Amino acid sequence: MEFYHFTEFAWPHFPPEDQYTSMRLNLPSSVYDPKLGADLYNMCLDQYVLADELGLNCMVNEHHQTATCLNSSGVVPLSILARQTKNGRILILGNPAANLADPVRCAEEMAMIDNISYGRLDCGFVRGVPYELFASNRNPTETSERLWDAIDLIVKAWTTHDGPFNYEGKWIHKRQVNVWPRPYQQPHPPIWTTGGSDLEHACRTVARGFTFSMFLTPVDRLAAMFKGVRAWCHAQGLQRPADSQFAFMPLVAVGETEEEAREVIERVFWYVTNNKSEPQHRAPPGYVETSLYADFLSGRFSGGRTDAIRTQGMEYFRQNHVAIYGTPDNVASQLKALYKKVGGFGHLLAMLHAGDMDFDMTAKSMTLFAEKVVPQLSDLGTVRKGFGPLPARKKRRAA
Amino acid sequence: MSSQSKSTIETLKLQQARIEIERVGKGPPLLLLHGEDAFELNSATGRKLIEKLAGRYEVFLPRMPGFGKSTLPGSIRYIDDISYLWLDLLDHYDLCDATIIGFSVGGWLAAEIATKNCDRVSRLVLAGAVGVKFGGAYDRDIEDIYFYNTTRVREILFDDPLKDPHVDLSGLSKKAALSVARQRETIVKLCWDPYFHNPSLLHRLNRITCPSLVVWGTKDGMTEPKYGRAYARRIPDAQFVGIPRAGHFPHIEQPELFWRALDRFLAE
Repeated sequence: MEFYHFTEFAWPHFPPEDQYTSMRLNLPSSVYDPKLGADLYNMCLDQYVLADELGLNCMVNEHHQTATCLNSSGVVPLSILARQTKNGRILILGNPAANLADPVRCAEEMAMIDNISYGRLDCGFVRGVPYELFASNRNPTETSERLWDAIDLIVKAWTTHDGPFNYEGKWIHKRQVNVWPRPYQQPHPPIWTTGGSDLEHACRTVARGFTFSMFLTPVDRLAAMFKGVRAWCHAQGLQRPADSQFAFMPLVAVGETEEEAREVIERVFWYVTNNKSEPQHRAPPGYVETSLYADFLSGRFSGGRTDAIRTQGMEYFRQNHVAIYGTPDNVASQLKALYKKVGGFGHLLAMLHAGDMDFDMTAKSMTLFAEKVVPQLSDLGTVRKGFGPLPARKKRRAA
Repeated sequence: MSSQSKSTIETLKLQQARIEIERVGKGPPLLLLHGEDAFELNSATGRKLIEKLAGRYEVFLPRMPGFGKSTLPGSIRYIDDISYLWLDLLDHYDLCDATIIGFSVGGWLAAEIATKNCDRVSRLVLAGAVGVKFGGAYDRDIEDIYFYNTTRVREILFDDPLKDPHVDLSGLSKKAALSVARQRETIVKLCWDPYFHNPSLLHRLNRITCPSLVVWGTKDGMTEPKYGRAYARRIPDAQFVGIPRAGHFPHIEQPELFWRALDRFLAE
């Protein structure tokens, strides 16, 4: 199993909650103080340098017009980490491919970063959360299709080495595409996507040979998705996907004692409890399936995953393996149990920092995780050896 | 007028779409183009207006692709695409001297049709029509109804928010909720960007040669009355009428005042 450090670079200094309606989209940037913010950016980047020294991999993401994530471009921290880290994988999860004005530029940037990092890039592409549709002005009804069109165009741009090609698709028109440099990893960096309840998307990801990841999903639903993908692959006559084609992100805190871990996870839990947003920003028509949107309109469904789980409290999170915390041995056994319940996964994306946690508190939890938990689990999980689409299963010879 | 006119429902194949169209009444043809919430078809106030019109006209009520039983094929991405379907529809029924009344997005469609070919159109009524941008890059000509919460949006759209036929959707059956959801998704698909307008339409309004009525709620917060006046100024033979105590759907909020303005124009 591979282990990643993740922080969302959240801005933690807020006015009283009754003075704003949302942390996303409409919160004025007057709330942001550049002097504190500059420190925060550098503190988070320092965490990644430490992660690399500890033998962990790094994961970055991006969101727009929000205090919950100061990375309005994941490419910026990724570029820094390409130079400032030396050993670990650097994962962007991901590029908002459906919302990008120019996917070919993304292909260029990722190829550069892959070269600068000597082939340590894992390249994620995401559809983007519903809030992003306001910041990007992307049509909510189009993003699923656009995501896959952009992925296909980027792969084509990475893997075409005999001069320019033209592309006039439904959404994007590009002329004489001829990307320089070509990626360091051949034929191209590993590709990841994220998903929620869309099994078809998850299956498509894995069948293409990519890695499918889920965030903060209660274990029953996580297991249903991962097992659903494996069952689909079997039904299609494909080889069983390796564990390394599945990834999961929980909140993680490790302490020398249970009490210490509990104190730290409460601080990581800031991510869940400080997520105030306006309901219409979570459900622009056309983003979710028609049936779910109909339930939203008629009041049968109000909040979605975040609202549902944020009201449940820490014990619910722990039981569902969404918050994994405790002493090193305890955390290792929770992760082994999770691994078993979901039928295996190969990447643990550990959200070890959130809110107003300082560097020292985060560093201690990260160090315990890397030095005392990871060695207990690193042999766990199967790793895909091939590249490209999942091949068909070999037929057993009749006896 | 006292007895209800009987309506018939037909299905037409127009380009890639299957279109549901209701016909009601006798007389010269009138094409009524519903708005984004189809209040004209689905609210009691809307049906009363249709009933009144059916006393004088043969009223054609096509359901926009994505509404009712009309399909929304992938070939339709903009309101412009639908305007060609409705031009095909005018040809299909060989309608001559047709009156076209359009509400909000339906008004946009009516303007698109009349700018492309006005030969079959004798009169045009645009009620709270969207579709045009008059202001500069930083001007919000058409308020962003997706960004604000439902209470605020209702205040934008209605002078009296309680007159919103969708004021309470909590009692909707799953089937009815699915229908509303599908309508809203359709409008987002067609109107998200450019937001409720076609940048070219403004420069084509001179092509509307028939007498036109631009009718507007004076309390419209989605497209303010100055937007309606600007619309009327750009159409060569248009008059503007404001309906007091009404927002974006004056025919729903003030049906009597709306009817009076419409009746006067149609009788001219």
